[in-house]
Amino acid sequence: MTKLPVWADVVLVPLISLLLAIFFSGVVIYLISPDSPATLENESWKAVLDAGRIVVEGSMGSPYAWGYTLYYATSFIFTGLAVTVAFHAAMFNIGGEGQAQLGGLGVALACLFIPWPHWSLALLGAGVGAALFGAAWAAIPAWMQAKRGSHIVITTIMFNYIGAALIIYLLVYVLRPVGQMDPATANFPPATHLPTLHEIPGLNLIFTKKVPANVSLFVALVACYLVWVLLWRTQLGYEIRAFGKSPEAAKYAGISGTRIIMVSMLISGGLSGLMSINNVMGESGRLLQNSSEGAGFIGIAVALMGRNHPLGVLLAAILFGFLYQGGAELGLWTSIPIELRTVVQGLVILFTGALDQMVRMMLGLVFRPARKPEAA
Amino acid sequence: MQGETTTGRQETAAPAIELRGISKAFGSVQANKDISIKVARGTIHGIIGENGAGKSTLMSILYGFYRADAGEILIHGTPTQIPDSQAAIRAGIGMVFQHFKLVNTFTVLENVILGAEDGPLLRPSLAKARKLLGDLARDYELDVDPDALVEDLSVGHQQRVEILKALYRQADILILDEPTGVLTPDEADHLFRILRGLKEQGKTIIIITHKLREIMEITDTVSVMRRGQMTATVKTAGTSPEELAELMVGRKVLLDVAKGPANPGRTILEVRDLRVRDENGVERVKGIDLHIRAGEILGIAGVAGNGQSELIKVLGGIKKGTGSVLLNGAPLDLSGRAADAESRREKGVAHVPEDRQHLGMILDFTAWENLAFGYQGDPAYHRNGFLMDNDAMMKDALGKMERFDVRPPIPTLQGKSFSGGNQQKIILARELERNPDLLLVGQPTRGVDIGAIEFIHKRIVELRDAGKAVLLVSVELDEILSMSDRIAVMFDGRIMGERDPDQTNERELGLLMAGVTNETAA
Repeated sequence: MTKLPVWADVVLVPLISLLLAIFFSGVVIYLISPDSPATLENESWKAVLDAGRIVVEGSMGSPYAWGYTLYYATSFIFTGLAVTVAFHAAMFNIGGEGQAQLGGLGVALACLFIPWPHWSLALLGAGVGAALFGAAWAAIPAWMQAKRGSHIVITTIMFNYIGAALIIYLLVYVLRPVGQMDPATANFPPATHLPTLHEIPGLNLIFTKKVPANVSLFVALVACYLVWVLLWRTQLGYEIRAFGKSPEAAKYAGISGTRIIMVSMLISGGLSGLMSINNVMGESGRLLQNSSEGAGFIGIAVALMGRNHPLGVLLAAILFGFLYQGGAELGLWTSIPIELRTVVQGLVILFTGALDQMVRMMLGLVFRPARKPEAA
Repeated sequence: MQGETTTGRQETAAPAIELRGISKAFGSVQANKDISIKVARGTIHGIIGENGAGKSTLMSILYGFYRADAGEILIHGTPTQIPDSQAAIRAGIGMVFQHFKLVNTFTVLENVILGAEDGPLLRPSLAKARKLLGDLARDYELDVDPDALVEDLSVGHQQRVEILKALYRQADILILDEPTGVLTPDEADHLFRILRGLKEQGKTIIIITHKLREIMEITDTVSVMRRGQMTATVKTAGTSPEELAELMVGRKVLLDVAKGPANPGRTILEVRDLRVRDENGVERVKGIDLHIRAGEILGIAGVAGNGQSELIKVLGGIKKGTGSVLLNGAPLDLSGRAADAESRREKGVAHVPEDRQHLGMILDFTAWENLAFGYQGDPAYHRNGFLMDNDAMMKDALGKMERFDVRPPIPTLQGKSFSGGNQQKIILARELERNPDLLLVGQPTRGVDIGAIEFIHKRIVELRDAGKAVLLVSVELDEILSMSDRIAVMFDGRIMGERDPDQTNERELGLLMAGVTNETAA
């Protein structure tokens, strides 16, 4: 196969994959459009275009729309980074959901039981709680992988279910305030409320309406930078990457596989857990069941599309933020069900993750003739 | 088939194989460039060349794995298209690969007919194959038990099965890729007898090898490849190893290692009753005693898979074992917490592993990252307690690449972009410049071009002359004989004996390698 130029590999391949995904999403919307496609073809295509317009406008047409898109993106950055760190150690951490929900528990405990004087201290405390609980939930599968060889994919998936069940149990029997009907904790005290973009001086000129995106976004951006430093500027990152590329060679270099598996999974779990400062602390202000709402899984797609690089993760997280928010708008304004956004996400993952080799091959055909004359 | 029709007419007529202007490019790399050769019927033709010279590509084109960009293939004078291996078999070409393509859990007979069955029922094919195998065994010394499972056969016998497979498919042109790489000298001799027998029956044989000695011994004509081109085709009788080496490399090459006598000093390494088990609990090293002194190279000879790999891995700290190992008089931890590669490096053990691409470096890492591999904890590579100093690593890498003549000297290239020889130089630069007390070096020149071999050998001898101990493991007897100050031969996890390189020869070592100890001839 022809080796593509770097720019084509990094920019063109994801772009074309994305366009393919969008095209097929359009086809799906066309097919499920309530107007019978056979008779009213023009109407159906109009529905597709309308849907496209709603998605774009609803996710980036206004600062208000951006406020939602960035809120989702913040969560996806954390879970995407979590998958990225583990991936560099050749650990496929599918347990983002469970780790994020346990992280939510850490946030809830920190916010409910410690009287914080100011939101910034509360953010710090809750962040530590979130990371610790998320890391702890990743530690068990990591230990079983490192010591017993239990495959991390299987164990982390199982721990998602165990984690969800554990949270429901705690919400129903332990943390639910007396007299409350729904399985959730009490509302967090006002001192733990994180400023949203609307409430930050300066940014409130742009975000004039209340939006869910909050200061966690900046924590996420810092996390992107720190993950980059970790992976490419520290000895630990060097060893994680070495182990991920070749466990055998890592052993030759005196790198302990057990240590790398444990440390990378703890960092990964901690990052997954950290997403809870965005949704649990920043948005809902209390811990609900299924707080992660699938962000743990979307993190896999985000890492995949972002090529396991923090910058790529950032961009991919924003893209998935668009899709998430745009899909919600679609459900709101059209008769197209909100579940369609799952279909669209599925198509994006399919094309950017699973089928990008196909795009690469097709591009290889495009790039080959240009090189042939000089070689022959 | 063609092979059995007549002899007189065809000998004078077209050559068995003729290649005309074969070219093949991979991306911007020209693997084969306008290659034309003629291989006369009933001869043994050698093809030699350094790694990456394009030998394998050429043979892959001939066997239908690749399609040439340009050029023509003529088999017995007929232009022939070979789009896949089935077409190659139909054209009478048989290939014996370096890595055998046998089903280990099948018997010899089953392997031979696999893919060449006569019908849906196996019985007639098996009967036919059994008869044919009997004939071939009688005619060519190709005897193998037809009912033995392939996994129970020795490597030499497995190779015979590959040859039988080709002959069963009525091949009259046989291509062998590095056929003696895994054989003992005795097995190699046997193989050569088989090949000569086949030649006498009118078969045409092409051997690809990098061993000059074999070329001189068995071939009638030899073609030399360099950088994708055929630089010369000569009659073997009219050439010499030195001339061939020069043709391969493009300059004069010192085939013998220039080294003075050893000055052994105090004992650096002392091994007593070392035992190693593999993952399945099978004992691979069965009680070894040896010692190496400062300023001396101990060569470990043996056919691959007789415990040498395990020995070097235990000493390097990447495998656990039992027994006692003293380094500079202090015991090494063989199975506890300090039985890791990092602890070994701290104690002054450097390790150039046998499998450089899977152990010695990370192919996806850049050269500068690889040049720090294993020493990533060195304070010189760190800016502070948290951050690594990439600039310092880069500078260090540039110096090492220059001193060890790594080509191209670009530290930002990935490990996999370097040729085998230059990868080995990267590893040697990294390990030797640590100035270790003990150097463990496995297969230092496997897959390395002749030009680089000379350089690598020189560096190892220099380390010896600086008063260091060197443990050299190699399956290349030539290398063991020319490099070592003492030779220990391993067979089945034991040391069969120790010899002085000046007072032994390949035959004696070969017998020891095959496990024969009552050598009266020595």
